[in-house]
Amino acid sequence: MPKTISEKILADHAGKREVFPEELVEVRIDFALGNDITAPLAIEAFRRSGAKKVFDRERISLIPDHFVPNKDIASAVQARMLSEFARQFDLPYYFEVGRMGVEHALLPEMGLVLPGDVVIGADSHTCTYGALGAFATGVGSTDLAAAMITGRIWFKVPPSIKFVFKGKLRPWVGGKDLILHTIGQIGVEGARYRAMEFTGESIDSLPMADRFSMCNMAVEAGAKVGIINPDSITEQYVSSRAKRPYKFYHSDPEASYEAVYKWDLSGLEPVVALPHSPQNVRQVTEIPQTPVDQVVIGSCTNGRLEDLRLAAQVMKGKKVARQVRCIVIPATQRVYLEAMEEGLLEIFIEAEAAVSTPTCGPCLGGHMGILAPGETAVATTNRNFVGRMGHVESKVYLSNPAVAAASAILGRIAHPREVLTR
Amino acid sequence: MKIRGKTWKFGDDIDTDAIIPARYLNTTDPKELAAHCMEDADPEFAPRVGPGDIIAAGKNFGCGSSREHAPIAIKAAGVSCVVARSFARIFYRNAFNMGLPILECPEGAQRIRKDDELEIDLDSGLIENLTRNETYRAQAIPPFMQKLIRAGGLMEYVREQMAEENTER
Repeated sequence: MPKTISEKILADHAGKREVFPEELVEVRIDFALGNDITAPLAIEAFRRSGAKKVFDRERISLIPDHFVPNKDIASAVQARMLSEFARQFDLPYYFEVGRMGVEHALLPEMGLVLPGDVVIGADSHTCTYGALGAFATGVGSTDLAAAMITGRIWFKVPPSIKFVFKGKLRPWVGGKDLILHTIGQIGVEGARYRAMEFTGESIDSLPMADRFSMCNMAVEAGAKVGIINPDSITEQYVSSRAKRPYKFYHSDPEASYEAVYKWDLSGLEPVVALPHSPQNVRQVTEIPQTPVDQVVIGSCTNGRLEDLRLAAQVMKGKKVARQVRCIVIPATQRVYLEAMEEGLLEIFIEAEAAVSTPTCGPCLGGHMGILAPGETAVATTNRNFVGRMGHVESKVYLSNPAVAAASAILGRIAHPREVLTR
Repeated sequence: MKIRGKTWKFGDDIDTDAIIPARYLNTTDPKELAAHCMEDADPEFAPRVGPGDIIAAGKNFGCGSSREHAPIAIKAAGVSCVVARSFARIFYRNAFNMGLPILECPEGAQRIRKDDELEIDLDSGLIENLTRNETYRAQAIPPFMQKLIRAGGLMEYVREQMAEENTER
C-alpha cells in the first residue's frame, strides 16, 4: 500500500511491514535529547526508576541552552544536574557553555540527528529535524526518562496533511514566511496530532536553513511532526556532517493524506504574526504603524548563519533606531565563528546591536532581553503568547530575520525594502 | 474512580506559558510551580483553587512547549481533572505520564460554567453536572493508556519492564 514518509519511518522503527494512521506502535528511537529545563525532571525520574544504565550513551544529548550561561543560582543548580548526569554515564554529547548551541540548531549542525531517524526530545521544537526527512517530535520529561532507559517509545501513527507550495517566492520571503502563512491559514490547532508534510516547487529549491525554520514551527499548528522529503539539498547538508549512516525515505506519490492544501505564494510579501498567537498572521505591508522597543534575531527558528546574513544585508551601514534595543544571538558557536569570519558581527556591532553568546534566553522570557510592561518586540522566534518574552502586558510580533532587522533600523515594523531604498 | 469538585473555566488555546510561565522553570518543585499555576491567564486561580477542583477549558488546552511542569503545576495545585474540548498532543501525553486525569468532551467544555459542581466517573467517561442537572459523555480513555494508568504511570510501567528483564537473566 502506498505510504507517506512518516508512515514508512515509523513502520521500519516498529519492525513492521506497514503502519496505519491512528495505530499505536512502539518504536525504536535513534536519538533523544533534553535541555536545562526539561532534563532535570527526566533525570529525577530516571534516578527514581532505579535504572543503572542508559540504552546507548552515543544516542543521548543533554544541552543546557535555555537559562545558560546560568542566569541565577536556581538555574545553575539545574544545569549542574545535566553535567553530573553526563559525567556519570560518560555521555559524549553533553555540550557545556562554550561548545553549546541552541539545541535544534546544534544537533543537525553536528550531524547527530539524521534523515530517516526517529528522534524524541524533551522540547516541543524537536520537530525541527523533520527538515532532514526525520520523524522527530517533542515529548515530556518522563517520556524522555523512559526512552533514555529503554531506547523505545510509543506513538499513535499520525494522519498526514500535505502542503503543496507553488510559485517563485518574492525577495525577502523565506521559510519563516511560508510557515507563518500556513499557521495563519489553518490555525494553531489546524494540524493537531498530525504530520505536516511540506512539498512543492517552492520547497524543492528552499535552502536547509529555511526548511529548518518551517519544520521548527509545525508544533505551533499543533502538529506532531513537520517533515520534508529529503533531496539533493538535504544530501549536500548531511553528507559531510553525519556521525553515522542515514537513510532517505520518500512518500509514495499515491500515498493517502487526510487533507491537501495547495497554495501559490508567488504574490506573498513577508508576514508577521501579531500578538498573542502565531496564527494572527498579516503581510508586513498590511499592518498599521507599530513602534518597536526591542528586536531579537536568533533562536532555534532563525539563528542560523543564513538568517544572520539576511539581517546583516539589511543592517549594513545603518544604525539601530535610537529608542530600540537590538539583540542578535547566533544559535551555535560555529554560527558565531562563521558570522565573525564573514564580517557579519562587525555589521551588527557597528549598527549598535548587541551580539550575544548562544542561548534560548529571550525567546521564552528567560533572560538576555526581557520586556517591561507595555513594551513591544519584533522577534525571529516562534511564540508570541501572552507574557512569553516578559511582562504579561508586553507584546511580541514574530517575523523573518530581514523584517526584524528592518524594524530595528526604522524603529517600527518595516519591510526590508523600506530600509534598502533609503 | 469517581471525582467530585467545582469548576474553573478557561477559554481556547490555553498555552503552557499561561499554565506555568517560563520565568518559574528554574525549579522542579511541584509546590513552587503550583503557586504560579495559571498566573498569566487568571491571577486569582493559584491563590484560590481548592483541593479537588476541576478545570474546564476550550480547544487545544496545553498547546506550546513540552514542559512537564504544566501538568505538574496543575496537579500540585490540587486540580483533580481537566475537561476540555481538545488537548494539545504533548500535554496529553504528559498528563497521563504524570497521572493527571484529563478528558476530551466538546459538549461538556461548552456547557460547563465557572463554579459548576461536577461528578466525573473516570472509568466510563461520564460527567454529571450537578449544578445544571446535565450529563455529558467524554471520549473514553484508550485501552493502551489505561494500561499505563493501571501500572501507575509511565515510570512505574518501565520499572515493571526492567524487573521482568532482570528475572529473565
